Amino acid sequence: MIWAVAIALGVVITAGTYLALSRDVFRCLVGLALIGSGVNLLVFTTGRLVTHVPPIIDAAERQLSAAANPLPQALVLTAIVISFALLCFSLVLVVRLILVAATDDVTQLRAAEPPATDAYKPPLEERL
Amino acid sequence: MLALTPLLVPLATALLCVLTQARPRWQLRVSAAGALTLLLCALALLQQVQHAGVVSVVGGNWPLPFGVEFAADRLSAVMVLVAALMVNVAVLWQWSDADAAPSAPALQPLLHGLVTGAGAAFVTADLFNLYVWFEVALICSLGLLAQGGALRQLDATLKYFALNVFGTVLLLAAVGLLYAATGHLNFSALGEAMAKLDAAVALPLIGVLLLAFLIKAAAFPFFAWLPASYHTLPAPVLALFAALLTKIGVYALIRMLSDVLHPAPQLLYDALGWIAVVSMVTGVLGAAYHWDMRRILAFHSISQIGYILLAIALASRAGDAAAIFFTVHHSLVKAGLFLVVALVFRYTGHYDLRCIGGLYAARPGLGAVFLLLALALVGIPPFSGFWGKYLIVREAMAQGEYLWAAGALLVGVITLYSMMKIWLEAFWKPHPDSAWRPPAAARVTAAWLGVGALVLLTLWMGLYPDAMIRYVTDASTALRGGTP
Amino acid sequence: MTPRALIAEVFVRFLYGTLLLASLWVLLRGHNAPGGGFIGGLLAVTASAAYALTFDAARALRRIPLGPVRLSAFGVLLALLSGLPALLQGLPFLTHLWITLPLGFSELALSTVMLFDLGVYLCVWGALGGYSLALVQSVEGAP
Repeated sequence: MIWAVAIALGVVITAGTYLALSRDVFRCLVGLALIGSGVNLLVFTTGRLVTHVPPIIDAAERQLSAAANPLPQALVLTAIVISFALLCFSLVLVVRLILVAATDDVTQLRAAEPPATDAYKPPLEERL
Repeated sequence: MLALTPLLVPLATALLCVLTQARPRWQLRVSAAGALTLLLCALALLQQVQHAGVVSVVGGNWPLPFGVEFAADRLSAVMVLVAALMVNVAVLWQWSDADAAPSAPALQPLLHGLVTGAGAAFVTADLFNLYVWFEVALICSLGLLAQGGALRQLDATLKYFALNVFGTVLLLAAVGLLYAATGHLNFSALGEAMAKLDAAVALPLIGVLLLAFLIKAAAFPFFAWLPASYHTLPAPVLALFAALLTKIGVYALIRMLSDVLHPAPQLLYDALGWIAVVSMVTGVLGAAYHWDMRRILAFHSISQIGYILLAIALASRAGDAAAIFFTVHHSLVKAGLFLVVALVFRYTGHYDLRCIGGLYAARPGLGAVFLLLALALVGIPPFSGFWGKYLIVREAMAQGEYLWAAGALLVGVITLYSMMKIWLEAFWKPHPDSAWRPPAAARVTAAWLGVGALVLLTLWMGLYPDAMIRYVTDASTALRGGTP
Repeated sequence: MTPRALIAEVFVRFLYGTLLLASLWVLLRGHNAPGGGFIGGLLAVTASAAYALTFDAARALRRIPLGPVRLSAFGVLLALLSGLPALLQGLPFLTHLWITLPLGFSELALSTVMLFDLGVYLCVWGALGGYSLALVQSVEGAP
């Protein structure tokens, strides 16, 4: 099963990277979210992948070797909540940005760093 | 309990600021009271670590190494103190009218939220917890960036977001893999387990972790988020960002390379050294190109981060001491410079050097303060930057890294050039519009108080460096397990 | 003006309270069975969202006590406060304490964990409720 998960992880992160490199801001965002989900999956798998093994310790046993480690599962819950919060924020941000800038092409979004117009000096920004 | 105050005090302040949102005057007072409390707690913490070495508390009374531990040592304490000082200056600034941006109801909670993330990152002793506080700081800084809602601010926020999210994703992956490899997240347990790990496994894992911190610290190939976003912020927030944001990454690098994962593979220290030199050079060249004062200073941040990384890359006790000294110096001086530049904006109405001038005749005091801070940034004796650079270059020479030392000195010369550019253009040359007069009614006393505090501290670090140098040497000794 | 959905309006009036009660039940059972503050909070958000979709976002917002932003801040504050009783007993912050009140016919188990979970519940309801209602509000009136 670990191989299936590893391949899935690779596919998700590849797809995320492809989308994140897109010129469309919204796809960029979806790509970053996908990479984040892939990494969440990675953290989840670090705690061993087993099914149908309850985490119950026999009287003689000191350590559970067959069951999954619950700590990475707790960690990944935290990570999911955080990435969810970031996704919520970034969705609102990107929608506002597309509405205000009237474009979703990242190469057109140069408001914070205007392109150079002069060979030697940076462009003069209008008074704020 | 004292070890938890850098987390609890700003968090409680942020929440109280949310609850008082309907009354802006009260909100500002609550914010100031919280900032002052944090400063007092930071001073108490500093006092305590100088006696006890480490102050620690494990949340929920869980046994180590399973509980989430918060531990403050000398390095943490001085970083917390800098954070506390800066939030006080930022809040104090808001009693002046020296900032063009209107105050938003979410500003105070987000300011304190950012300090919560930074302060907690400085005192946590758990790798996953460190990741969580990085995220808290990230979310709050995103909120602060997007405050105004203007196009350039939204654009800056997007660029900041995309690069930093990539960094946190890498950080999370590194944390997960380190846990998988060692079974520990607590710093001391992790350090012990890493020492037993195969070098072929350890190298890529530590490499990914450092990469994530380098993105946060705005080092060479990953710095693009910093100059894209800093100049869109209101002045007090900008000062706080300049003093805190990259420093969280720097702090994490020092903590990992000199304490938790020490000794890391030599290859990583060598790579870090070259990244540092290239950061210094690219940063300062970017600054030399620009004419907007905030952009110039933002690029200088990258170059100064290079100095700190160089000191860390030297991988010695003296190197770490120099890195901590330089971090404190840079936080104070850079925040001070951003605030002075905001005052220049208040008097002239422009940040671009081509549109202003004649300020030395109109406001000689401001000129003197700028010159003092600029020379401190360049590293002219007897100011604080001199001691920072002296410690770094001396240690680089002692280790035979002459190329690195030469790079540091050369970058100092170009820094002097771009500081003199600001001086000549903004203060010395006559104003392009001969009818220009500085505004008569400017309510800037509070702003001056904040700048004055930073200047006095810089002067103290420059004229009486003994106490500070002794402290950072003790701190770096303690990092490597020695007793100062 | 969107056309009124009469069946949904009648049904949601009843469903809103039921969902909130269910969310409280999930919150409380979380101490011994799957559930807890986070999931309970999410369930409360669905109640708010159902209300907003049937009537409108402004009315749903009025039904969130204190308003979403202040509710979530209050929730986090409550979670922080739940760590303080431990300090009175000389234990580290966030060490959780349990007491059992005998009621005669049964007993009532109280704990600081419950306070913490309630804080999480309120925070999630406030933050995500506010967020989703703002989203609903932004598309209201659109065709």
